Amino acid sequence: MAETLIKPLTMNFGPQHPAAHGVLRMVMEMDGEVVRRIDPHIGLLHRGTEKLIEYKTYLQAIPYFDRLDYVSPMCQEHAFVLAIEKLLGIEVPARGQYIRVMFDEITRILNHLLNIPAYAMDVGAVTPFLWAFEQRELLMEFYDRASGARLHANYYRPGGVHQDLPAGLLDDIWAWTEQFPRVVDDIEGLLTENRIFKQRLVDIGVVSAEDAIAWGFTGPMLRASGVAWDLRKAQPYMVYNKMDFDIPVGRAGDCYDRYLVRVEEMRQSVKIIRQCVQSMPGGPATSADRKVTPPPRSEMKRSMEALIHHFKLYTEGFHVPPGETYTAIEAPKGEFGVYLIADGGNRPYRCKIRAPGFAHLQAMEFCSKGYMLADSVAILGSMDIVFGEIDR
Amino acid sequence: MSTVYRELGDFVAAALGPSVEVVDVKLGELMVTCTPGNLVKVMKFLRNDSNCRFEMLIDICGVDFPEREQRFDVVYNLLSLKHNYRIRVKVPASEDESVPSVVDLWPTAGWFEREAYDMFGIFFEGNPDLRRILTDYGFEGHPFRKDFPLTGYVEVRYDVEQKRVIYEPVKLRQEFRSFDFESPWEGMLHARRLPGDEKAQ
Repeated sequence: MAETLIKPLTMNFGPQHPAAHGVLRMVMEMDGEVVRRIDPHIGLLHRGTEKLIEYKTYLQAIPYFDRLDYVSPMCQEHAFVLAIEKLLGIEVPARGQYIRVMFDEITRILNHLLNIPAYAMDVGAVTPFLWAFEQRELLMEFYDRASGARLHANYYRPGGVHQDLPAGLLDDIWAWTEQFPRVVDDIEGLLTENRIFKQRLVDIGVVSAEDAIAWGFTGPMLRASGVAWDLRKAQPYMVYNKMDFDIPVGRAGDCYDRYLVRVEEMRQSVKIIRQCVQSMPGGPATSADRKVTPPPRSEMKRSMEALIHHFKLYTEGFHVPPGETYTAIEAPKGEFGVYLIADGGNRPYRCKIRAPGFAHLQAMEFCSKGYMLADSVAILGSMDIVFGEIDR
Repeated sequence: MSTVYRELGDFVAAALGPSVEVVDVKLGELMVTCTPGNLVKVMKFLRNDSNCRFEMLIDICGVDFPEREQRFDVVYNLLSLKHNYRIRVKVPASEDESVPSVVDLWPTAGWFEREAYDMFGIFFEGNPDLRRILTDYGFEGHPFRKDFPLTGYVEVRYDVEQKRVIYEPVKLRQEFRSFDFESPWEGMLHARRLPGDEKAQ
């Protein structure tokens, strides 16, 4: 039979595609159904966050961090707030530290509860999505009660958190942790040993440990490749060094391992939340340094000085001494870092945001070369892509 | 951590000699400055030397200082998983000076360099795919430079009559307001005299 030369087909994936997780446009060069090249075009959600931050005071810049990766808002606030605290050299009281760790882990579960079922939906399972969103709703209620907003919390502040937790919230979080592992079991029951799910994920998008490091993978993507690296253990911030939890590590580095790592991380996060609730210390949740943190409302009614502090902090803001820092935290998607340069004024001179998804998406071509078109959807889903943070 | 970094900094300075200009530990973070010409050599050493092993490139970022002669800083943040170290390498570059690419050392540098090129117009020599990445197709200028206005120059909208998206110069309904919050009392520390002081003499 005569050999026929098939011309490679160039195809647009997105920017309007349900599996593109937002506004990703990929120009794919296909050889039949096999992917030969992928050129992701990003930036469709670019808002110039880093530039906007340069024109805002430090306090005004915090809400921008909620809007980067909009499924894990508080973790990103945490990175920025830690960077400011480092430059200012202020301490967070114990209660504030525990509250932050607790909400970091709630955020991690929120993130994984979106990623895992959305991923399952990419490869054909709808039910986990509904179950997970029921739980997400409960978690966002905790967000709401602590910060007043379900999604864009703006809760962490330099020196602590905006307000102490309302009465009864800890009890309700405890009650939630009692029932949540059962939901994870249910979701796992539908997915983990599911034949179709495994056929779509096992041995797809395999990344070795060396490649994962060279491509700058962090978070579950790196751990699934067998590298036991987690900033919560390696460079602990706040009270993570007092917490007892494990870091799940994958073996094969394929899509299925990334799913398993995320599921196990949720269970570990529940463990951390329970420890936080159990050992939540009393005392103030925010630093008493009035040059950085505003005074409580009640004080303002009686004290002239408190009123002045409040006015100054919400108009001029505080001045940060000149210096620079790269501060990173373990966000649900990987290492989220803030490189902050202060020039002594009340606004950052430069604030570079290091988003984990940016490095992950870059390896899209590397991961899906030689796989089928449908596999590239599975690989994209396993990367946990959110465009708010990639495009910034 | 500072003492560990100080030792590591001394080691790097001794091993690389004149290739690195400044080695400094500030706020518990290690910083190294070098020229674009020495960048690849320094990076190769930091990645491969067994005392350093900075095998992960976390971030590349541009910074603009318009008043300096070499107006840009390219900042590389590296991470060593083995030793649990971080280091920051800074390369000052002027507007018409290119910085060598480190794509050959870390493939992940590709997009980070593209971003720095897109946002600041820093040219990376040796990057195989130095296109714009975050801005619009056909965008002009480098938005993160300090002399680029926050509002930009053009805005887009869908034109019903032409049935396509059109670009127009930015029209602001209200002037951009940049408040000067410097308080005169804090200014006293630095200013020898306040306006009106001359009357007292």
